[in-house]
Amino acid sequence: MSLYQGIFKRDMHIAFKQKAELVQPLMFLLMVVTLFPLGVSPSPDTLQRIGPGVIWIAAILSSLMAMERLFRDDFQDGSLEQYMLSGMPLPAVSAVKVVTHWLVSFVPLLLLSPLLAMFLNLTVDMYIALVLTLLLGTPLLSLIGAIAVGLTVGLQKGGVLLALLLIPVFIPLLIFATSAVDSAALQLPYHAQLAIIAAMLLLAAALAPFAIAYSLKVSQN
Amino acid sequence: MLEARELTCSKRDRTLFEGLSLVVEPGELLYLRGPNGAGKTSLLRILTGLSSPDSGAVLYNGMDISADKTGYYQDLFYLGHKSGTNGSLSALDNLSFWLAQHNVSVPVNTLFDVLEKVGLVGLEDVPVRYLSAGQQRRVALSRLWLKPAKVWILDEPFTALDVKGIHMLEKSMKEHVGRGGLIITTSHQPLSEQAGEHRVFDLEYRF
Amino acid sequence: MWKWLHPYAKTERAYQLCLTLQPWFWVGALACLSVGTVWGLAFAPQDYQQGDSFRIIYIHVPSAILSMGTYVAMAIAALVGMVWQWRTAYMSMIAMAPIGAVMTFIALFTGAAWGKPMWGAWWVWDARLTSELILLFLYMGVIALYGAFEDKQQAGKAAGVMALVGVVNIPIIHYSVEWWNTLHQGATISKFDNPSIAPEMLWPLLINLLGFAFFIGAVITVRLRNEIVLREMHRPWVQALAMNKALNQQPGDAATASLKEGS
Repeated sequence: MSLYQGIFKRDMHIAFKQKAELVQPLMFLLMVVTLFPLGVSPSPDTLQRIGPGVIWIAAILSSLMAMERLFRDDFQDGSLEQYMLSGMPLPAVSAVKVVTHWLVSFVPLLLLSPLLAMFLNLTVDMYIALVLTLLLGTPLLSLIGAIAVGLTVGLQKGGVLLALLLIPVFIPLLIFATSAVDSAALQLPYHAQLAIIAAMLLLAAALAPFAIAYSLKVSQN
Repeated sequence: MLEARELTCSKRDRTLFEGLSLVVEPGELLYLRGPNGAGKTSLLRILTGLSSPDSGAVLYNGMDISADKTGYYQDLFYLGHKSGTNGSLSALDNLSFWLAQHNVSVPVNTLFDVLEKVGLVGLEDVPVRYLSAGQQRRVALSRLWLKPAKVWILDEPFTALDVKGIHMLEKSMKEHVGRGGLIITTSHQPLSEQAGEHRVFDLEYRF
Repeated sequence: MWKWLHPYAKTERAYQLCLTLQPWFWVGALACLSVGTVWGLAFAPQDYQQGDSFRIIYIHVPSAILSMGTYVAMAIAALVGMVWQWRTAYMSMIAMAPIGAVMTFIALFTGAAWGKPMWGAWWVWDARLTSELILLFLYMGVIALYGAFEDKQQAGKAAGVMALVGVVNIPIIHYSVEWWNTLHQGATISKFDNPSIAPEMLWPLLINLLGFAFFIGAVITVRLRNEIVLREMHRPWVQALAMNKALNQQPGDAATASLKEGS
């Protein structure tokens, strides 16, 4: 177990030495959300109606920007090769790296969410639903995103391609998450949506580490 | 004993080598030679198990390395073109994280001794990115003296090293072979006498 | 039990197989499509509500069904390639991708064209159409990823992973889009959910479905042959093939060429 703690510590250490890379996607998120009142309408009703969708779309877009650093440095400087030759099972290593990535890039997003909810005039009920969907949904973004990052890490221009690969895959999450928040706005129960997101998360947690390990191997070839 | 059986590898639909077999015994230094693009790096990466051949197998002590990875990786040290050090971490951090990953426990004093040996005294806390190319290479190479690996697979280990560095590395290669270790290496310049006895294996460029 | 498949892992055998299947596929496609289309367009009865405009289903439905089917076939090919390490499996996967994408596009286009008289708008966010659109995105992702790699062997493996991720997602996407659609539009009657269809309308549809399948099969065999020849250009058997072809087509030129070689 201490082996994995080592990876965790190392990645945390590196993440906090590269703070700019952590903060920039968050700033992007904040700015995208700001565009909507300006571009659509500042009326509180409109904002409340489009709010959940806007926050989730902005979260997905900003996560695409933060995603790349998941394996990029390790691939480029050869650390990934050394991981692969350490005898540790690669799926487990990938899982630890995904958890670390989620902690450093999505927990700050959760901390920022009250501000976003305020900007878009969400009610308290809606905000609770939003936080719950973010808690369940963002690890899913990290897990599935990591597969595509593993595949594109060896390519010079992987950035836009990564978005092309991932956006269609994230659509169900967007639908269920926004629908949960919409239900909360109408005082309706939204357990079903949360349960579906949780089911997707469990499925991804079970399968994605192996898919990530496989795609990293493909990139090494 | 490291054995390659009937390896075939193609890159971009060009066959680099076909039906390649070789055996390296303990206490032997194999110097892999060939022009650019002949597939030296590809062969070394297949021997480490990083990439898989189109056909054929690599055996370590008679066991297929794709079946039994842990045993082989305990005995293996691989240095590729990429140094495997993170630029924003210091030499000391890089090494201690690497040692933890590879399940090697080394007293801190030994770590400092090795850093002294490779000439990095006073630089152990500087982020590796600020070191010169040769110094970064030395950080990567210092693992040689930290992990008790029997098999060294070194891809262009002399790159960016100065004369003194090359001298030191060749000397320890000779020592390693003397202890019954096994080395496979590539290099652009021929190995000097310092490196001791070695067998040359030529890889041809194929069209 | 899958042993009989293994010889086709060899590119040469796969090439021969394509060569054998191809004429049958073309004949089947031509026969079924002409019968089905003429029957469907000219002889099948009019729909009592939609009049003649319903006849677009003879194109729309087969292409929509097969756009999904081709994606699943692609994912199966990717899985075969992953499990048995066959190069031909990845080659056939990538041979399927563009024709599948084209089928998806045809389904979208005919769906939109059908929507114009039905809803008075070219594009409506109907659940099925939206699913098809997302399917098109998935196809484009696989094709783009394949194109991004220079080493096509690596490209095949990478695109295969994405095809499998996509195929796990297709049911989820389908279900989520249905959910989203009912939430936002209420229970509008979808023109695509017509449970009962008269047999005289159904037969030409089934024949056309078969015809589309043959057509796709034919295009895949052609593309797979091209892919094999392109990738194996340097192999002796491909060069022998090219030589034979040259001899058969232009006996005069080949003879002079061999004369030159001789002198």
